[in-house]
Amino acid sequence: MDLELMINSFPKLLSAAVITLKLLSVSLIIGLFIGLFFAILRLNKNIFINKFAYGYSYIFRGTPLLVQIFIIYFGLGQIEYLRSTVLWVILKEPYWCAIIAFALNTGAYTSEILRSAFQTIKPGLIEAGKSLGISNKIIFYKIQIPIAIRQSLPAYGNEIILMMKGTSLASTVTLMDLTGVAKYIISTTFKPVEVFIVAGGIYLFMTFIIHNVIKYLEKKYSFYQ
Amino acid sequence: MELLAFGDTGWGDELFYATLMTIAVSITAIFVGFLFALIFTPLKLSKNKFLNFIANSYTTIIRGVPELLVIYLFFFGGTGAVMYVASIFGYNEYIEINAFITGAFAIGIISGAYSTEVFRGAIQSIDKGQFEAANVLGLNKFGKFFKIILPQTLRLAIPNLSNVWQITLKDTSLISVTGLVEIMRQSYIAAGSTRDPLFFYSFAAVLYLLLTFVSMKLINRLEVKYSRGH
Repeated sequence: MDLELMINSFPKLLSAAVITLKLLSVSLIIGLFIGLFFAILRLNKNIFINKFAYGYSYIFRGTPLLVQIFIIYFGLGQIEYLRSTVLWVILKEPYWCAIIAFALNTGAYTSEILRSAFQTIKPGLIEAGKSLGISNKIIFYKIQIPIAIRQSLPAYGNEIILMMKGTSLASTVTLMDLTGVAKYIISTTFKPVEVFIVAGGIYLFMTFIIHNVIKYLEKKYSFYQ
Repeated sequence: MELLAFGDTGWGDELFYATLMTIAVSITAIFVGFLFALIFTPLKLSKNKFLNFIANSYTTIIRGVPELLVIYLFFFGGTGAVMYVASIFGYNEYIEINAFITGAFAIGIISGAYSTEVFRGAIQSIDKGQFEAANVLGLNKFGKFFKIILPQTLRLAIPNLSNVWQITLKDTSLISVTGLVEIMRQSYIAAGSTRDPLFFYSFAAVLYLLLTFVSMKLINRLEVKYSRGH
């Protein structure tokens, strides 16, 4: 055990963890909107809209995240037309390519989580809203969405942790996130165990925090069971 | 389509063998995972606090740390660990472990943590009466486990194990960082030499979709088989 290396690499890994958290939070926020959008499409009775939303989630859940990042980072740059548009400003940056891939990926999983939450809302609650003379729009925003969010909290908590682990793939497109820096230190010092303990410890700590925040939110929003 | 031709002119045969490699690694890894689950599930269910702690640490650490980091640990640390063990037995030559074994083992340990949780859940949801009935029938430990508990556990576990299989299959793409030529690595090589990454990575995505689709169909059949009588 090389304790000195562990202590020396800790600050480097900690500052890399900030990048991991940045990647995670930005892609989760974008992904939540994508997920909500596709979950609503899934509830649509129009078969084409429905199939389109299903196809999106099927493709992104059925392929590895690594393929998705590579298609966006290496693949899209190949299209000449894209290079001439404003989009290229975003697509040439590995940081944004990673975020796009993460957001689309977590969006697919989130849409499934929210869809099942919407579908398990008891019809009685919607009927109760209707009998009180509340408009459909307000029923959706004030009754269905809050209950769906509460219902999907445990599953969404898992998704956040999975996504946090997913951000490690950003290191494959040259970003120096926690895993990227850990790999760099391992390949220069050849002390994999020590670096793994420190980097893994930081990841576990973040998992622990996320887990407890979700638990707290679950308790706080348990107004409806 | 020329890019996918078999033989020297295209990448069809290379990608075909790479797909076989992905399947081989995934199957090896899921079985390594089952072995780990076989060890850690009893520890999780045991009444001994210390054994519980060991099993819980295993599943918590593996499920809380990125797969890529675990793979790097094995990729960079595997050779060292094996050579250290060999040196205890007096063998001091350089040993190189092949990428397949390192990869399958790393993914196997990851998939084992998920399998352990699945088996624990399945065993815990078996009715207590079943254990008691087996005792009343005077079955010995093995008979009880293989004839009564295991068949019921499998029925309850298969839907969740199919998720574990999907995760394992997708995780094998990460082994490409160690240089094992599976779908991802082969696409990377092909994309590099033809300068057509969009095509090859999209094709890789199609191959993975195909694999997940076919395996879902097969698992559904298994599910029907094990749930007869229900």
